[in-house]
Amino acid sequence: MKQILTVANKEFHDGLRNRWLISITLIFALLSIGLTYFGAAASGAVGVASLSTTVASLASLAVFLIPLIALLLSYDSFVGEQESGTLLLLLTYPLSKSQLLLGKFIGQGSIIALATLLGFGSSAVLLYFQLDDIQVLTSFSVFIVSAILLGLSFTAISYLISLSVSEKSKAAGFALITWFLFALAFDLALLALLVGVEQGISQAGLTQLMMLNPADIFRLVNLSGLDSSDVNGALAVAINASLSQVQLFTALFAWVVLPLSIAILIFKRKKL
Amino acid sequence: MSTPLVSLTDAGKSYQQLDALKSVTMHLNQGEVMGLFGHNGAGKTTMMKLILGVISPSRGKVEVMGMAPDSKEAWHCRSKVGYLPENVSFYEQLTGLEVLTYFSKLKGFNKKQAIDLLEQVGITHAMKRQVKTYSKGMRQRLGLAQAFIGEPKLLLLDEPTVGLDPIATRDFYKTVDQLKSNGSSVILCSHVLPGVEQHIDRAMILSTGQLLAMGTLAELRQQAALPVAIKPFGLNGSVANDSKLNGFLTANCPNTLLVPEQEKIEVLKQLLSHEGLDDLQVETANLEQVYQHFLSLHESSAQTPSTKTQGVQG
Repeated sequence: MKQILTVANKEFHDGLRNRWLISITLIFALLSIGLTYFGAAASGAVGVASLSTTVASLASLAVFLIPLIALLLSYDSFVGEQESGTLLLLLTYPLSKSQLLLGKFIGQGSIIALATLLGFGSSAVLLYFQLDDIQVLTSFSVFIVSAILLGLSFTAISYLISLSVSEKSKAAGFALITWFLFALAFDLALLALLVGVEQGISQAGLTQLMMLNPADIFRLVNLSGLDSSDVNGALAVAINASLSQVQLFTALFAWVVLPLSIAILIFKRKKL
Repeated sequence: MSTPLVSLTDAGKSYQQLDALKSVTMHLNQGEVMGLFGHNGAGKTTMMKLILGVISPSRGKVEVMGMAPDSKEAWHCRSKVGYLPENVSFYEQLTGLEVLTYFSKLKGFNKKQAIDLLEQVGITHAMKRQVKTYSKGMRQRLGLAQAFIGEPKLLLLDEPTVGLDPIATRDFYKTVDQLKSNGSSVILCSHVLPGVEQHIDRAMILSTGQLLAMGTLAELRQQAALPVAIKPFGLNGSVANDSKLNGFLTANCPNTLLVPEQEKIEVLKQLLSHEGLDDLQVETANLEQVYQHFLSLHESSAQTPSTKTQGVQG
């Protein structure tokens, strides 16, 4: 355990030193406060929009940003150290591969988690004072917890990438492709399936398909509680057949644990 | 004799098509310094990785401190092993002290030991600077400090003197001698470098994954049977007229006698009997020549496989 914490501590400090934490926090804070205040601008008014509109727009924003940031933060975790030779060196230390991987995960995961908490938490606090509604805090805690899980899931996915390739530039390429597939292409494909193939897919089937994408699970978690008037597209259909929050959180959690376990397996088989 | 610290028994490693290391048998005793020589791709690094337990042998047996280094039991032995990889660039954005503190902590030591080690390798003045500002030599010293963490029982150093200036090289060898007198064993992996001879007890020569020769320098010299070069001065061609001596002259070095080791004294006596002799230079074969000898032997035997066993009797 001490070894894991040593690695985690180093990775966390790397995140601080590279200004990752501060810049992600700022991006999240600025965008979320901006959305909170100006989210209603489209309907002609400046000021705090309704809670559900705010959460809906924040979720649509986070679903693109968080995976991208998580992938950027960790795509070179292993391939980078492999290229510089420190990976081989670390493995001659009394440090197992799973300890190293978990240490990195805790360190980098903390960066993502803390940035999410601070960045989106700031607008939650702001909104709470504006609306004076306890509902704000519950909605936002669901939002923030699921956003953190989304970030952790993509951190684990980027470890998969980082361990499977042998060059940093390849890892960067795969990270971008992964982001594109999960954040954009998957939804388009679902929509195409829904529209293009008549009676091709039932509501339940659609929801099950969505479980294959952590970004969609994240959307479901945050949008299923809202008025469906704020939600459109494939999601609106899925929401009607909605799973319970607990099920959704479990699925999202599985999207953290599974890639992480596979990453450990790959790491153990990796030749150095 | 006590049990050897490291022992390889017919150990070998193959990757898909490549035999990185054919079967090698060697033992390293406590307090012994072994020089491991070979070209790039000779299998030096593979052998080090086997001893470190980073990879498992495809055949044969590897034992370090009485255990297989890739097994779970050997886990706690790892903090007693120091390793300097050939190509390593430490975390550029960290300071030297931060890098060394990180590695020290992973071996169960703390910042204080890290500072002491940085002092030992002489980069205390730069320890608060980021590694990216370090010169090649300073990085190498940082790497060495890393290998020295926790006074290891076994040190594996891959090209330790690359990038070091002469003074740092001398300091480095001093540290090796000191570790040796404290009972640590060292494997020095290197291209043959001048100055390494007096710091190693035994040498091992590898080529294309095969052990060509192993032994003390004296043994290797004997095996190689390389002649001693004797260069007399002031004789003005009388050597060529001396029937006892002119047999040792060769066409490409007309002023130097190449004499087999066992006839050295005879030849010297004969030379001293010449009146005009001003000076004499006697050079026994150095490590580099021994190394070249074994390599060329290997290359010629590779062409005629029937004589292949010649060089391996080590």
